[in-house]
Amino acid sequence: MAAEQAKVDPMYQFTIQALGGSDNWELAGYNIAFTNSAMWMLITTVVLFLFVLGGMKRELVPGRWQMMVETFTGFIDNMLEANIGKAGRKYVPYVFSLFMFILFANLLGLLPLGIAGIHPFTFTSHFTVTGVLAIISFSIVLIVGFWRHGLHFFSLFVPHGTPLPMVPVIAPIEFISFMVRPFSLGLRLFVAMMAGHVLLEVLSSFVIDGTNAGAGFGLLVGLPSFILMIGICALELLVAGIQAYVFALLTSLYINDAENLH
Amino acid sequence: MPQIAQLADTWSSQVFWLLVFFGITFFVIGKGMVPKVMETVAQRDGQIAADLAAAKAARDAADDQEEAWRVRENENRAAAQAIVTKAKDEAAAKSEKKLKAAQTRIDKKLADAEARIEEARMAALAEVESVAVEAAQDIVKTLAGVKVTKPVATKAVKEQMAHG
Repeated sequence: MAAEQAKVDPMYQFTIQALGGSDNWELAGYNIAFTNSAMWMLITTVVLFLFVLGGMKRELVPGRWQMMVETFTGFIDNMLEANIGKAGRKYVPYVFSLFMFILFANLLGLLPLGIAGIHPFTFTSHFTVTGVLAIISFSIVLIVGFWRHGLHFFSLFVPHGTPLPMVPVIAPIEFISFMVRPFSLGLRLFVAMMAGHVLLEVLSSFVIDGTNAGAGFGLLVGLPSFILMIGICALELLVAGIQAYVFALLTSLYINDAENLH
Repeated sequence: MPQIAQLADTWSSQVFWLLVFFGITFFVIGKGMVPKVMETVAQRDGQIAADLAAAKAARDAADDQEEAWRVRENENRAAAQAIVTKAKDEAAAKSEKKLKAAQTRIDKKLADAEARIEEARMAALAEVESVAVEAAQDIVKTLAGVKVTKPVATKAVKEQMAHG
């Protein structure tokens, strides 16, 4: 019984394993083992590539697939134009890549491939990954801000119309909230994805353990848990989209700060 | 929590492979493919806008032509109306003239006839007078045996006739 319980360890799904004996691959002294996480990044990239490739037919009257791809590019384009304005168009490649990469990673990580013996790995549930993406977005904000406005970019910390005596109080608060951005950006995605997967795993352990404990427990605990899992799966699909959207939306809002200072 | 437990061992590989694959995503898909997709959309939007503009221009042209046709039609109608009116007026004038001429002719005929009647009446009166004079002379000669001269008889007759 103890061995069975260990099997449904809700955190086990996040374990990183090197694939194909790549444990000791190194680059400049750093380990770069090709892990299951890297594998799913590769799969995400390939699937995303194929998805966008299907939208490259460049027909005047689009087919369904082309329409779908164009809907996504138009969605990002509209979002950037609404938040940043005309200058936002040049960030479409980055924000589109970010949004679609996260979206596909989230969705692919939810695929029920475990039935076929392939265990999807949701790399967006690792803060090393979301943190890097957040740092990239934050770096773009800093680079664009200082590039366009120079040291004047620091006036971001003094909101428009702040009375002069309030500046010494407001500026540190604004500065802290600004510096917290990359953390909140990265942690939000990481936490949302991890929580959803843990919840599903915990519920599945209820189903398994409840059913193992007998028909009565199976009906009393297992069945409701299973029904709840179905609902949570739908919710997780929604969360996968929302978190990718939030990441892209916040990135575009932060870029707006840098692009149009006040 | 493997995210923290394995952090020391895996962070470099995580970061490296993320940069590799997100880099591929950004440069190949984001930079390479997305602009082409958006270009297609922009082309289509341009085409639609152009088509709409062309359709609007065609409609405007049709409206203009219809308007021009209407103006021309109205002009033609007015011209036709004018011709009809003119013809009517001319006809009226002509018939009036004819009527006048006919009236004149009739008046003249009437006047002639009246003159002739008057003349005939005068002649008749003169005849009646001479007859009356002769008759008076005869009557006086027969009844009184007095021979009345013609001028006296005439004078008497005239007096009588003037009194009725």
